[in-house]
Amino acid sequence: MNKFIGLANGITTCEGCAMETAARHMIEILGPRTIILTPPSCSAILTGFGRETGWTVPSFMSNLEAVAAYGSGVREALDILGKGDVNVVGYAGDGGTLDIGLQALSGAIERGHRLIYICYDNEAYMNTGIQRSSATPAGAWTTTTPGGKRGDRKDIDGMLVAQGIPYLATASASYIDDFRNKVATAMKVDGPSFIHLHSACPTGWRFNPAETYRVGKLAVDCGLWVLYEVVNGKYRVTRKLKSLEPASNYFTAQGRFKHLSRQEIDSLAAQAQEGYYAIVAKEND
Amino acid sequence: MKMTAMNGNDAAAAGARMARVQVVAAYPITPQTPIVENLATAIDKGDLKANYINVESEHSALCATVGASLVGARAFTATASAGLALMHEITGVAAGCRQPIVMPVVNRAIPSPWSLWCDHSDIMGERDQGWIQLFAETCQEALDFVILSYRLAEDKRVQLPVMIGIDGFFLSHITEPVAVPSQEQVDAYLPPREPHNLVLDVDNPLAINTLTPPGLFTEIKYQHKQAMENAAVVMGKVFASFAAAFGRKYSVVKKYKTEDADIVFVAMGTMAGTGRDAVDALRSKGHKVGMLRIISFRPFPTEAVQDALKEAEKVIVLDRSAGLGSTPPLALEVSRAVPDKSFTSCVAGLGGRDVTIATYEQALSVTGKTGVNWLDLKEGE
Ligand SMILES: Cc1ncc(C[n+]2csc(CCOP(=O)(O)OP(=O)(O)O)c2C)c(N)n1
Ligand code: SF4
Ligand SMILES: [Mg+2]
Repeated sequence: MNKFIGLANGITTCEGCAMETAARHMIEILGPRTIILTPPSCSAILTGFGRETGWTVPSFMSNLEAVAAYGSGVREALDILGKGDVNVVGYAGDGGTLDIGLQALSGAIERGHRLIYICYDNEAYMNTGIQRSSATPAGAWTTTTPGGKRGDRKDIDGMLVAQGIPYLATASASYIDDFRNKVATAMKVDGPSFIHLHSACPTGWRFNPAETYRVGKLAVDCGLWVLYEVVNGKYRVTRKLKSLEPASNYFTAQGRFKHLSRQEIDSLAAQAQEGYYAIVAKEND
Repeated sequence: MKMTAMNGNDAAAAGARMARVQVVAAYPITPQTPIVENLATAIDKGDLKANYINVESEHSALCATVGASLVGARAFTATASAGLALMHEITGVAAGCRQPIVMPVVNRAIPSPWSLWCDHSDIMGERDQGWIQLFAETCQEALDFVILSYRLAEDKRVQLPVMIGIDGFFLSHITEPVAVPSQEQVDAYLPPREPHNLVLDVDNPLAINTLTPPGLFTEIKYQHKQAMENAAVVMGKVFASFAAAFGRKYSVVKKYKTEDADIVFVAMGTMAGTGRDAVDALRSKGHKVGMLRIISFRPFPTEAVQDALKEAEKVIVLDRSAGLGSTPPLALEVSRAVPDKSFTSCVAGLGGRDVTIATYEQALSVTGKTGVNWLDLKEGE
């Protein structure tokens, strides 16, 4: 079978951008009968600038808070026009999803539209120059948390599961097969689906672009970013860890945590482990 | 033609039903709510084959409407006041992406302070967003304007969304006899939408609304300006074909006893009806006055206004929005159209205050007074 190429090469994201790599895999799985919506964010770079676009499928640059709202209209119109087979996909950042776009997302999920919403989480507002979002992890430097972020990130996945979303998955650009499987699963869901993709960002996280894969992988291997899916409320961890890597390796690999003391790092690392076991416990519930 | 008793909201909803809209996304707000209830019921009963999206806000209502329109559906929404203000970000997208959406705006004052009642401050906040704006005066027009607006909006040369101003309560909740056309007549007048230009279609992929550099932005805006100019021409043709199909004639302005008038009042919406009564009352007292109602505020019918006012010595404009910090919007437009006339700007009817014959009498009494004259103002309140 010929591989479907849905995204051109030579796109102007930063070197080592996991968001872009993941998008290539995502569109390959989704195929040509797909409409992509991207808000203002780094993913808008894929949708294009001026006369150029990256996608070979139709795409629309929405407003920041509104991917899910536009998607609702696109979906319902396609259905009434007899084009129910077309995938409607939002590819939005953490800011456009957890912060300003939360209302539209929650509304679209409650209404039950057949929408695939993929949130690539680079843990800050990167396109505007690295400002904190509610997905920014505790302790991380951003330009609006110059002393490190106080308080933990918003548990968007827990919120959406509590809302009763039929399919939710976490994923990582460093575990791409797992992500691809989850995109394929989302395509079969008769209702809304949400994939929360951890997306390492060398520019915003302050690490060498050659290290993207390793940094993303460390987050999973340390138990900081647990790979799982929730089908109709039932949890399944898709990557179980025999033992957890020391989470301090993850923190020390990135410049955004470099102001933290050893003690602070240890405390964050301990929390990370608790987080992993809390998800595993949900699987066994 | 069948006559039915209907209020303005039900008439607008009937227009949308007969236009066979395919997607409705709307959020309730007084005094627009009955429109969305009416359509939700029609869809639920199977009287209208459409998908109804119970959005969680007006912002999402317009996004979903734009989304539906982008894939080629005939899409409809309606709102008022704070709801329209919440949509503001997306009214720019709907127009800039040239989507032929029709949206009644059931005019209600913009807070603060809170008011449930009619004025035009809501829709005036959108006047430069690139939508066509029509103002209805009767329930019949509420129905007819929805139908003809789709024909206008979807015209290849236009491709622009339309807002239809329906005065809150004064029109939305007033029952009048309405000639309801047959579905066959409407179908003959308004064929199914044929989407043009900016369409999301997997068989003809396009990236829409991308980041646009300074080297292209102006030209895209210029096309939008041309579309607005085309709209002025196409609107005339649409009114003519509507008259041929349904027997009711509309135009961009409506004149009443302007031909021999020394002084002409100018207003929009339901207060123009009162204005015609005021003209009769004032003429019986020897004042040679006339009434000019503006129906199309965008595009603004400069030539039609000049023509209607060519015999008048004096012009008195009654705005139903405050226009703080400068001249109110309708006065601004009319004074620009006829710069050489003696000109009086008045504000009346804010936040649901009645505009009566006495209001027009007061307007006449301030003829020639400079500045903005607030009518029916209670001193000492
Ligand atoms: C209504 C609105 N407010 C603010 C902005 C400015 N803005 C553009 S992108 C962005 C940050 C987006 O962050 P995120 O969704 O995490 O995507 P990322 O840039 O990290 O890819 C902001 C605040 C906007 N486009 N629209
Ligand atoms: S800032 Fe980060 S997410 Fe954005 S393009 Fe650069 S690497 Fe990718
Ligand atoms: Mg981000």
